[in-house]
Amino acid sequence: MEAFSLSPLETEALGLSLRVALWCVALTLPLAIAVAWLLARLDFPGKAVVDAMVHLPLVLPPVVVGYGLLLALGRRGPLGAWLYDVFGITVAFTWEGAVVASAVMAFPLMVRAIRLSIEAVDRGLESAARTLGSTPLGVFFSITLPLAWPGILTGMVLGFARSLGEFGATITFVSNIPGETRTLPLALFGLIQVPGNEGAALRLVVLSTLLAFAALVGSELAARRIRARMEG
Amino acid sequence: MLEARVTKALGEFRLEAELTTGSGRVTALFGPSGAGKSTLAHCLAGLIDPDRGRVALDGVELFNSETGIRVAPERRRIGFIFQDARLFPHLSVKGNLEYGLVRTPAAERRVEFDPVVALLDLAGLLSRRPRTLSGGEKQRVAFGRAVLTSPKLLIMDEPLASLDAARKSEILPFIERLRDELAIPIIYVSHVIEEILRLADDVVVFSHGKVVRAGPAVETLNAATVVHGADGDPASVIEAVVEGQDPGDGLTALAFAGERIFVPAIAGRAGDRIRLRIRARDVALALSKPHDISVLNILAGRITEITAGGDGHTDVRLDIGGGLWARITRRSANQLSLRVGQEVYALIKSVAIDRGGTGAGG
Repeated sequence: MEAFSLSPLETEALGLSLRVALWCVALTLPLAIAVAWLLARLDFPGKAVVDAMVHLPLVLPPVVVGYGLLLALGRRGPLGAWLYDVFGITVAFTWEGAVVASAVMAFPLMVRAIRLSIEAVDRGLESAARTLGSTPLGVFFSITLPLAWPGILTGMVLGFARSLGEFGATITFVSNIPGETRTLPLALFGLIQVPGNEGAALRLVVLSTLLAFAALVGSELAARRIRARMEG
Repeated sequence: MLEARVTKALGEFRLEAELTTGSGRVTALFGPSGAGKSTLAHCLAGLIDPDRGRVALDGVELFNSETGIRVAPERRRIGFIFQDARLFPHLSVKGNLEYGLVRTPAAERRVEFDPVVALLDLAGLLSRRPRTLSGGEKQRVAFGRAVLTSPKLLIMDEPLASLDAARKSEILPFIERLRDELAIPIIYVSHVIEEILRLADDVVVFSHGKVVRAGPAVETLNAATVVHGADGDPASVIEAVVEGQDPGDGLTALAFAGERIFVPAIAGRAGDRIRLRIRARDVALALSKPHDISVLNILAGRITEITAGGDGHTDVRLDIGGGLWARITRRSANQLSLRVGQEVYALIKSVAIDRGGTGAGG
């Protein structure tokens, strides 16, 4: 049974990874839904620019994103200095900073999935809801959001998985600090830097794989339940 | 009462229409597809903004391009039935029916849940999901969902267009029930003359984005300028009363202008008023009353109008206690030397009669 119990390092990295990923999804989701709705339903000047900016982290090297975050949110960065002066908050080299780094990286994936599902919602249903007395905001919550729910779930899983796997931006922005920012991929990276840790490294590989697999299976089961409800 | 004056350009198409509903329960917007009637309906409900104009319902302005008034669709209190029922797939039938009901202020609720369910025969469907309903059932739920908002006006935009013939005749009685049982004025949009004949009290005829004629149904549909179908041939509409059934011969006897005419058996009790549409090409003319002839319906009348057509035919309008068009060849017209004021006999093949009921005593 020894093989199935987690070492202190594994427990710490796993707990930290889950905490960062859950906070990442929870904080990003409302903004991702809002931006996805904006891109799916509204035409406004500069839409192409907004669209490109949202997708930028997807195509930039993660180390560029991480360094950019460090410049902006570091203690001496314009945003970081302001956050420290006004709220006394430091994000660089903290686990909150790891949440910010993975949120920036996960954001485009979540927006993409949610936008597609909002675009797939029949606008005729939305105008029917208006004639039945629902305000635009009411239509969003009673029609658009429930019908886009499978895509929102997909976006959440993608964001969660992206956050679990986030490495480059995180290590650049918040470094690899045990107990603070050393998530699973960073712990794995640390282990393989030193010879003789192949066994421990392999255990982290298996752990990461199981975690990602569980997230995918869980979302598929949830999506099935949603579909079954609609077809009821 | 609804008053509307609307201008709207959509690409090449231009709608320029004026509409005032009368005292009738059902005002039909009639015309070929693309004539602008559906666009006008969407303007009335606030789903499309007109470029210019004014829309007022019961004296309350809903839209006025001059003063900038633009009431949101959810605050117009106009129910809208779409061609595709547009039920919400994530809600049960009950959830769909209640969607508008719970969003209607309690003080404005005049239509109650249970009577509507009974009226539209929805009791057995309440727990079902829209996906599992037939086309006709979906449309019935859509009717219920709209009337449960207690609207001041109900707009039906081609509500039967996506249904097959069997489903149409299944749904029509429900529309008649809504018309007869609920005191909600209806605007009924359709390009199908049979539906108009059966439901409309008043008719507004559209062509190329403009209103070409408006008024009481029979009078309006009998106007020479009003085209009934895609063929473009003239036809007449007369209103008759059911006298009795002759099941042996499969005929129904109708009373019209003191005469009796026979049509293939139709459902209806004695005293029911129905409207008949008679195509001009199905009416022949004779100078003397023919005997020993298979045509059952021979009506005496006086010629009121003779119009020579472009391709060898002549349209003759008779007064038989109502207007009746006959389309004959120009050669026949010359041989009979027809003239206005002449007394002739119209021969109507009974099988050539379209019918549209107007409900009991309607």
